[in-house]
Amino acid sequence: MTQATHAREGIRPGAAAGPSDQARRTARRKQTLNWIAVHALGIAAAAFFILPFVFVLLTALMSDNQALTRDLWPHPFQWSNFRTVWNAPGFLTWWRNTLVYAVSGTVLAVVSSLPVAYALAKFRFRGRNLIMVLVISTMMLPPQVVIIPMYLFWTKQMGMDGSLWPLIIPMAFGDAFTIFLLRQFLLTIPKEYTEAAKVDGCGELRTLITVVVPMIRPAIAAVALFQFFYCWNDYFGPQIYASSNPAAWTLSYGLESFKGAHHTNWNLTMAATVLVMAPVIVIFFFAQRAFIEGVTLTGVKG
Amino acid sequence: MTSAVHPLLRAKRRRSALRTLSFLAPWIIGFSVFFVYPLLSTVYFSFMHYNGINPPTWTGAKNWHYVFTEYPFFWPALRNTLWLVLVMVTLRVLFGLGIGLLITKIKTGAGLFRTAFYLPYLAPPVAATMAFVFLLNPGTGPVNHILGGIGLPTPGWFTDPHWSKPALTMLALWGIGDLMVIFMAALLDVPKEQYEAAELDGAGPWQRFRFVTLPNISPIVMFAVVTGVIQTMQYYTQPLVAGKVASGIIGNSGQSFEPGYPDKSTLTLPQLVYSQGFQHFDYGSACVIALVLFALSMAFTALLMRRRSGFLTAED
Repeated sequence: MTQATHAREGIRPGAAAGPSDQARRTARRKQTLNWIAVHALGIAAAAFFILPFVFVLLTALMSDNQALTRDLWPHPFQWSNFRTVWNAPGFLTWWRNTLVYAVSGTVLAVVSSLPVAYALAKFRFRGRNLIMVLVISTMMLPPQVVIIPMYLFWTKQMGMDGSLWPLIIPMAFGDAFTIFLLRQFLLTIPKEYTEAAKVDGCGELRTLITVVVPMIRPAIAAVALFQFFYCWNDYFGPQIYASSNPAAWTLSYGLESFKGAHHTNWNLTMAATVLVMAPVIVIFFFAQRAFIEGVTLTGVKG
Repeated sequence: MTSAVHPLLRAKRRRSALRTLSFLAPWIIGFSVFFVYPLLSTVYFSFMHYNGINPPTWTGAKNWHYVFTEYPFFWPALRNTLWLVLVMVTLRVLFGLGIGLLITKIKTGAGLFRTAFYLPYLAPPVAATMAFVFLLNPGTGPVNHILGGIGLPTPGWFTDPHWSKPALTMLALWGIGDLMVIFMAALLDVPKEQYEAAELDGAGPWQRFRFVTLPNISPIVMFAVVTGVIQTMQYYTQPLVAGKVASGIIGNSGQSFEPGYPDKSTLTLPQLVYSQGFQHFDYGSACVIALVLFALSMAFTALLMRRRSGFLTAED
């Protein structure tokens, strides 16, 4: 666009040579140089971000032996690596476990956090700020802080060693990050909407479900995505609770043992890595806007 | 005397308190059962000798003394955390800001560039770490292949104690997408008039950045630094997986792996909690380390909340 405009203006005949014209031409040249510099930098940065994906993908398509050489380009392309990984023992089970954990964890966390976030954003009551402080504090704490008693609780008292339930059940009791983010979104909804619903005789719960939820659908999409990705990526949780039982492993946890089972086979390891990355990236392309809005909100509005 | 309004008002107030309580119920239960109880329990166990089999016995400050003076992994883990805070967090903020600035200047194909810059942030940490261990594999990895090809030194990366943290830093810089988006939004929020006014006063690009951009985005820079420090103290999956995979241990096979490979250089506090608690079954000292982690995280969270009190204010 800008280049085309430059060119058109450049050959405009009538503009006789004058000091102002000269100045304008220098300014334009400066702008073009600026454009080139910015985009060259952009391409260099893009190479840094994209090349690792390219190398991983190319290695995933190599043969065992070739992956150990210094070749960068696969010959021939061994697409069967993906089938080998897919059919490897455990892989499908881990895939299913990951989905169960991520989907049920997301649904439970969003449903249980929504009323809490609504109360924190819209109700006036004593101790509201204190609860916000506690929510933010728990959000910032690593799970390792309370893991010893939690582990003893779930395994010794509830007998749930070797399963993902100790990770899924707590999601039904509000997730700090989801509460925080939903509340930030809810603050942006003008009071008039909820007041109007109440005048129409809606109770708070009905107002929340019929008026507020449809209005904050993008926000719900964003927090659901975050939660889904959190579960998908979780390594520590499955490591603590599921490690004793390979039938309960998730992809993030199993991936590493995959490298173990084929410990020099970088090609298969990278093929498995691609298969773990792919779903997240596909989901991102479908929900890019919701996601980026969510990330922005974690840092900016507040 | 009690007027007719009083009981009604009281009933209304009670109803609204009940309503608030019922909306908050999930969090109140979750917070008590999954946070307050285990936190108190962690404090309790930190004074106990407990291995999960024999009943816990009181040992006083013995676990605390052991962790701070004898346990050989505690101070190296703290030193690594300090290194990561100073180098990794600083570089991440600078790089994130740079990429954010770049993306606001790109006119052609901005969407494409943005997606390319953002994508690595989404890569699951375990997958991204394994990819980097492969890419930076000293013998056959493509990075050393390229470095060697143009005559640069080829470090041992994840297998060399001096290079393992720089390698982790590269991995962290690769996943800069979250900071890029936050900085981008902040940069676009800077009022245009201020730039125009500065230009009229004859300010060059650097002066415009220094006197207009920076003051406007400084709260976001602060936010990025503090959350970066908090994240660094919790740094777990990447250093653990990198150490495990680079050491050549067969993952999850039951072969025991002492975190920190190579030579304690990738140890962090959360890994010590795991190692003491779940590999050595010394729950007492694992709880001591957990409480140190708790104290450090809380200190920086408090700092964050004081700086960004906007987190707390609601309407009216």
